[in-house]
Amino acid sequence: MSDTPTDAAPLPGGLQEIADDFAAAAQDELLELLLEFSDDLPALPDRYADHPELLEPVPECQSPIFLIVEVEPHAEDPKAGTVHLFFSAPKEAPTTRGFAGILQEGLDGRTVGEVLAVPADFPLRLSLTQAVSPLRLNGMSGMLSRIQRQVIEKSGTTA
Amino acid sequence: MTNSTRIPADTQETKFQDYAHPERIVSTAWVADNLDTPGVVIVESDEDVLLYESGHIPGAVKIDWHTELNDPVTRDYVDGEGFAKLMSSKGISREDTLVVYGDKSNWWAAYAMWVFSLFGHEDVRLMDGGRQKWEAEGREYTREKPTRPATEYPVVDRDDSQIRAFLPEVRDAIGSIPLIDVRSGEEYTGERTHMPAYPEEGALRGGHIPTAKSVPWAKAANEDGTFKDAAQLKVLYLDDLGLEAGGDIIAYCRIGERSSHTWFVLSHLLGFDSVKNYDGSWTEWGNVVRVPIVTGEEPGEAPRA
Repeated sequence: MSDTPTDAAPLPGGLQEIADDFAAAAQDELLELLLEFSDDLPALPDRYADHPELLEPVPECQSPIFLIVEVEPHAEDPKAGTVHLFFSAPKEAPTTRGFAGILQEGLDGRTVGEVLAVPADFPLRLSLTQAVSPLRLNGMSGMLSRIQRQVIEKSGTTA
Repeated sequence: MTNSTRIPADTQETKFQDYAHPERIVSTAWVADNLDTPGVVIVESDEDVLLYESGHIPGAVKIDWHTELNDPVTRDYVDGEGFAKLMSSKGISREDTLVVYGDKSNWWAAYAMWVFSLFGHEDVRLMDGGRQKWEAEGREYTREKPTRPATEYPVVDRDDSQIRAFLPEVRDAIGSIPLIDVRSGEEYTGERTHMPAYPEEGALRGGHIPTAKSVPWAKAANEDGTFKDAAQLKVLYLDDLGLEAGGDIIAYCRIGERSSHTWFVLSHLLGFDSVKNYDGSWTEWGNVVRVPIVTGEEPGEAPRA
């Protein structure tokens, strides 16, 4: 539950770099940094924009957000498959968009193994507990657990 | 009460004239005309902690319910010193006219207003329709944060006796003072313990406080986020519930935010003398050992003493 970086193992994918950026930001810059992720969240590609029913809702978030995972399989090793993440969240929900943007930037294009290795307490390692509140961070935990479950299902691997 | 001689009320919007306290509400047009009026501070208060940063009314300051109005440790609001420090840092003076607006049909704006009222800040008004209406009208947003010099806001003790109810008082009110449950129908009956499409926030039991009548907050709001007019509100709360505008009433919801919306309607738009918001609400009542609970659609009877 600590806000400070711990001596835990480095986070997988691009998440450690993101966590380091948040850790280095001043308290009054944290929300601005989160807003950059919110602004930069890619729009859905047409194949999903036209078929929102394919996306999974995340009821742990206080705002409507939907996500879907694609896995490009690897010929030999299921854990070496490549993960792609797609999110849909309205501009009226910038916090949720920011959480999605962090996961998208940190995990899109990474391997199945890396995505499944993200610890469940990752949202608490972003130094955002004070600026955003733990309750609001629950939403990111909900996204992460759904991403990991979809990755398991679609890669045919196990956690 | 309101120092309306200094900053005039919004008299352009005819709907407001039929409210009990028309000086407590202003239109988006009024706000647009008063962005630079000395003594007026526009305050944004949202559910989404990042919404203000994503764009806000020019000159508006942000006050976050969770990280700024709540005590970080105890389940309570900041104390007099904490409030004075907060207001000083926002550049707000005790004499300023505060106009609060926000997302979600002004739930959190009403909540902030209610907390400001606990500290007796005299002139607080809501912007009818909140962000939703401002946006629908295509009005300007900015990401530029205002720089307001710090003020000397006095340390004022919070007065919880007038508009805030605690659990023992609510328990005593069963059977004597009208209770109003402003949550969704599914939460009232006990079918669910949290808002539809919202995260579980931890109530062990579902249902409502015995005798509480169900009037979901949204019944007081129009589709565009504005408040219904006085005649519609009177039907809703006076005729349908059989209440009298002079009497006492206690409103509750889940954590006190939606019931702040109803508190505003009952006290400022309809002129009830004594409206209390039970901010412990269902996340307290639904977890307390041996408090009475009623499930289903009927209010239920007061338990025998």
